[in-house]
Parts: sequence; structure tokens; C-alpha cells
Amino acid sequence: MIYEISYQALIFFVLFVAFVLWLSFYFARKTKSASSYYAAGGQIHWAVNGVAFAGDYLSAASFLGICGMIATVGYDGFLYSIGFLAGWIVALFLIAEPLKRLGKYTFTDALNANFKSRAITLTAAISTLIVSMFYLIPQMVGAGDLVTPLLGLPHWVGVVLVGIVVIVIVASAGMTSTTYVQFIKGGLLIVLSTVLTVYILKNGLSLKPNHEGQNYHEFVTIPAQVSNGKVTQAEGWQVVSQQEVKEKTYVKLSQNNVGRWFSLSDKDGQAVLTEALSIEEGANGTKLYNGEPAVNGKFYQVGHMNKIMLDGKEVESTGALSPTKYLSTVEKSEITRFSKVSFKDGDTNVDLFVQNVTPGKNFMLPGLKYKIGKGASVWSKMDFISLMLALFLGTASLPHILIRYYTVKSQRDARKSTILAIAAIGAFYVLTLFMGVGAAVNGVMDVESSNMAAPLLAKAFGVMLFSVISAVAFATILGTVSGLIIASSGAIAHDLIENYFKINLDEAKKVRAGKIAAFAVGALAIALGIAFKGMNVSFLVGWAFSVAASANLPAILFLLFWKKTTAKGISASIIVGVATSLLIILTSPTMWGRYGLDPATALHQLDNPAIISFPLAVITVWLVSLAAKPKTIVISA
Amino acid sequence: MNHGPAVELDVDHASSKKAKLGVIFFLIYSFFYAGFVVIGVFNYELLSQEFALGLNLALFYGMGLIVFAVLLGILYNFLCSRYEDQLNTKEEVNQP
Repeated sequence: MIYEISYQALIFFVLFVAFVLWLSFYFARKTKSASSYYAAGGQIHWAVNGVAFAGDYLSAASFLGICGMIATVGYDGFLYSIGFLAGWIVALFLIAEPLKRLGKYTFTDALNANFKSRAITLTAAISTLIVSMFYLIPQMVGAGDLVTPLLGLPHWVGVVLVGIVVIVIVASAGMTSTTYVQFIKGGLLIVLSTVLTVYILKNGLSLKPNHEGQNYHEFVTIPAQVSNGKVTQAEGWQVVSQQEVKEKTYVKLSQNNVGRWFSLSDKDGQAVLTEALSIEEGANGTKLYNGEPAVNGKFYQVGHMNKIMLDGKEVESTGALSPTKYLSTVEKSEITRFSKVSFKDGDTNVDLFVQNVTPGKNFMLPGLKYKIGKGASVWSKMDFISLMLALFLGTASLPHILIRYYTVKSQRDARKSTILAIAAIGAFYVLTLFMGVGAAVNGVMDVESSNMAAPLLAKAFGVMLFSVISAVAFATILGTVSGLIIASSGAIAHDLIENYFKINLDEAKKVRAGKIAAFAVGALAIALGIAFKGMNVSFLVGWAFSVAASANLPAILFLLFWKKTTAKGISASIIVGVATSLLIILTSPTMWGRYGLDPATALHQLDNPAIISFPLAVITVWLVSLAAKPKTIVISA
Repeated sequence: MNHGPAVELDVDHASSKKAKLGVIFFLIYSFFYAGFVVIGVFNYELLSQEFALGLNLALFYGMGLIVFAVLLGILYNFLCSRYEDQLNTKEEVNQP
């Protein structure tokens, strides 16, 4: 998408980032020991911690990714909301209290509390690093997407910007600062999402989603003459070329020396050409957006209602609607989504975004991405089950969530924090449905990236709302990335250097080692964030959840609930969980596409690995523990 | 070398009861969560049926799972706090 810089948004954005940095430096002065660096000395109030929990969890994936996925594939995006929230049940009911009683700084220490095993130290630290990295990638991708419309800068600039700011925050402060940053950000995110939802409902539904200062493009439909499968004439246009892709026909027409792409279809027996968006990249690297250079600004934001049925009548607009009426009206109407088709036209690479009229009934059901109804295969059904399993089991296994269990004084406080977090996160996830559907039908979608659905929707309702939401979203990413880098640096400096390699460091050197590790992890995250540009961030987080659930959860659950669990069983389970989930992801259809290969030729058709990797990790910890000579352990759960 | 606890905790006599309660609540929620997945995989059409307020079962069930999680969490906290008050003496209760 082509964006112009928004100075109002830019000013607010700079002020907000400056405030966050000031906050970090302010609290940094209070951080003196390793205990205060890693876990804030256990002195954070439970309510602050609860909202900070929410702030941690409502990452770029939640705000940018879920809303974007709902806007593009409907209910399948909402599956992430359901699963992400359900995951807290595992965290609260099974893990939170027993783990709190183990009272260790990091995930590795908690797992190793009763064994003092170097194998666990090593495998758990590696697991923490890999999961954190998987979770960092979508945050960085989201950061890049965010600055594109905000600052008019390229994607990679945003990724580098977030990386540098976070490294400065983490290296200068620690958990105390990030807890308060997350508290402010979590609270603001929920309030602003509520405001945006009120705007959506007040605005209602309209066939022409025009907003103040943002008129929706009028898409044209042209009658065509077809002979022997070839378009020979199109009213007022010259036929330039025609391509067949997966049994669909796409035609390039020209008018006033500007080439535009159309999709051919049949309407009441008459062949018609429906306007599409196009990006053409010539052999010499020149890019044309809808047949014109980017500076002409002819590449539009899209997404609209094709037909609106209100109380059994077809209408052009609805006016304000209640929450349930809004959803039920969309369900009974038709939505025009834009689907991507790529092909070569001579030596030009063409990406088309063609109109795809979708019944609201299908949009409001699972199946547009994860096929479980008509046209479902065994693979697609397994993929759906696998996703739901990973989301359910992944939350409790994330290292940057676990570390917050240690930042309040007592189990009772940890529990209250978690419940407050669940309530806040649950409320937010219900709002994602409205924000996602709202973005789908209000002509705001960027066809190149779904991640900006919610902020762009805010922009349609006013630059001020957009600037505030963008600033909060940016802070969201800052906060989450900070938490993840702290967890990662803890794994390197504390678990690997100190505990595994047995290098004795004094307090000052420990903190310094943590900061150096934070810098290294941050640099790697920047590189990967640039490499994964264009992917939906929720989908990427789904992978992080799969790896976390497979690597960490069997180990934690067996440790807490099965007395015969051994150190060998735990470390073997972590290795199997990490290895199998990574292997399945790296050979998945999505990664196949990333490698430039045809996804249909991937080794398997499973995008989410948990359905295989989680049971394997469970069987491993069980069998290895049975085979190994058990040590007597006491769990003070 | 392992670090000690980040915070000092007293003996909690309610821990086993709370652990059991947690497992029971987890199983209850898992049943309903799995129900959603099973319906989706084996009886997809059921999810498209209008359930109430003009919304289909998928929307109702999905939002219901979110609300149910919050309600179970609140009930869990209430019961756990009661167990702690009943089973821990005044000196041993972990309340700061």
C-alpha cells in the first residue's frame, strides 16, 4: 500500500515513545540487583501486575494480527481470540500456583527446582530461546507494518526502529520498567479498542464506506465479448492480454495508456469484467500500482459490503446498530473480500487482488482459512485441531508470561493478577470480532498486509484516533518485545552462562551479561522480522504457541503432577517437543511458499504442528521417566 | 547453582485442595472447549445454525467460551481464597 506521512500521528507517536523511554530510565535507577532486574524483586502490586499481564499478552498478534485475520478470513481469525483466551485456563488452573511455590526466577529454574540437572538447564534454556524468538518474529513484523502508514517509511525501518528502542529499554532497565510500561499500554489498548468498537457500531454498515477525508474507490464492472474463451472486446477499453490461473480468467485492459487488470465472470448469462487491484513488477524492477507509478496514488484501500440484508430487506446502509444486530446483519449479507492471485504476464510478475464476494454466513463461520466443512480434507481438519490445541496449551508455556508469576509477593496475589488479566483480555478479545469485521467492510484494508486492519480502521474514523491507537500499538510491540528479550537474555546469561557453564559472575557482571545477551537476541529478532515481512502476525504467533506447548508444557505438567518424573524425562521431552514442532513448521506448506516453492508440493499439508509434536513430547517424558531410575522429588504444590 | 525463591512463601495447607480444584475446573473447561472443536470437525453444519439473537452457534459458542473462562476464573479465586482462609492459620496465610 502507498501511504503518505501523517504529521499529527508522528508527533503523538514521538511523544509517546519518549514517555515510555523516560519511564524506563526512571525505573532503571531503582534496579540495582540481579533479582530486581529479572523479577522486580517480587514487589509489584497484583492489580498492576494483572493489567501488565494483559499488556504482555495483548501483543501485536492480538491487536494487529487477530483483527487483520478476522478482516480477511472472518471467523477463522476469531479462533485465535478463543484459543488465546482459553490458554489462560491452563495457566491459571494447572500451572500458576504450583509454579509460584517453586519460586524461581526463570522457566529453566522452575523446571529444574528439584533436580539440579545440567541437561534440563541446557534444554530448557534452548527452548526458552527458540520460543521467544518465534514470538519475537511476529512482533517485529507488526512493527514494520505499523510504521509504514504512520511514518511513510519502509517496513524494514520499522523493524530496526523497534529493535533499537527495545534494546535500549532492556539494556538500561529491566522487569520493573517493563511491568509499568505494560500496565499503561495494556490499559490503554483495552480503552481504545472499546472506543473503536463504539465508532464501528455507531457507523453501522454501508454499501459505500466513505469516511471523512477518505472516499471509497468505485470499482467498475465492464460488459465483455468472449469468443472461444478469449475476451475480444470490453466496452470503452482495449484488450491487452489474458491469463488463465487455476481455472479463472484474468484480463488486462488499457484505457488512456493505463493498463488495469480485471477478472472475468458470468452475470445473468453476460460475460463481465470486474476490476481488480494489481501490482506489476517488470524485469527491470519498476513497479506499477494499478498500472501507474506509486506516486500517482492509485492503489486503494478496500473491503466493502456487496449486499446488506437488514430485517429481511435489502438496504444501502443501516445506521447505528447494536453489537448483536451488527454481527447478525453481516451474517445475513454479503461481503466483498480481495483475494491474492500471482502469475507471470510475459516477463512481468503480476500480483492481483481480485474481488471475492463471500456470503456473510460463510464469513461468520470457521472454514475460509481452516477448512473443516465443505471441501475439507483430513489434513485441513487436522490442521484445525492442531491450531486449537496449540492455542489452548501454548499460553502457559510462554517464557515471558511465566516470568510474571514471580513478580508479585504471594500465590493469592499471583492468582488475582491472573484473573484480572483473563477478564481484561477476554473483554478485549470479544472486541477483536467487531474491529475485524468492521475493518473488513469499511474500505480500509491494505491488500498487501492484513496486519494493519485495526489501525487503518481507526484512521477512517479520524486521524487523532489513528495516531493514538498507532502509538499504543507501537508501545504494545515495545513492551512485548522487551518482555521476550528479558526472558531470552535471562536464559542466556542466567541459565546457560551461570548455571550450565558454571561461570561465576558477581552481581554487576551478571547484569552486564544479561544486557549483552539482550543486544544479541534483539539483533537476531530484527533480521528475522525483516525476513518474514507480509505474513499475518497471529499466524506466526500460532507457531510460537505450538513450539511452546510441545517443548514446555509436557515437562511442566509432568513435573507438577507426576512424582515419577525424572530429569532425563524432562530434558528428553523438551528436545522432542522443540525438534518435532520445528521440523513440521520448517517443512509446512506456508514455509514452502516462503522458500519460493509451490506449497502444494510441501512434504505434508500441516501448518500447525501441535497435534503431532505435543503428544510425542508427552509420550517421551512418560517413557523416558519410566525407563530412567527415578529420583525422589518433593513438589510443594 | 540454582537461585532461591524470588519471594519468601509460608507453608500453604490449602495447596492440595487448590490443586484438585484447579484440575477439576480445567477438565470442565476442556470439555466445553473440546466440544467446540468436535462440533467443528464432525458436525460443521450445526455451527451455522441460528442459535439466539440472530447469531449462529459458532459466534455464540466462541464468545461463550471467552465469558465462561472469566467466570470460572472468578469462581476459582473465590474458592481458593476460602480454602486458604480456612486451612491456613493467621500467621501462615500468604496474604501480604
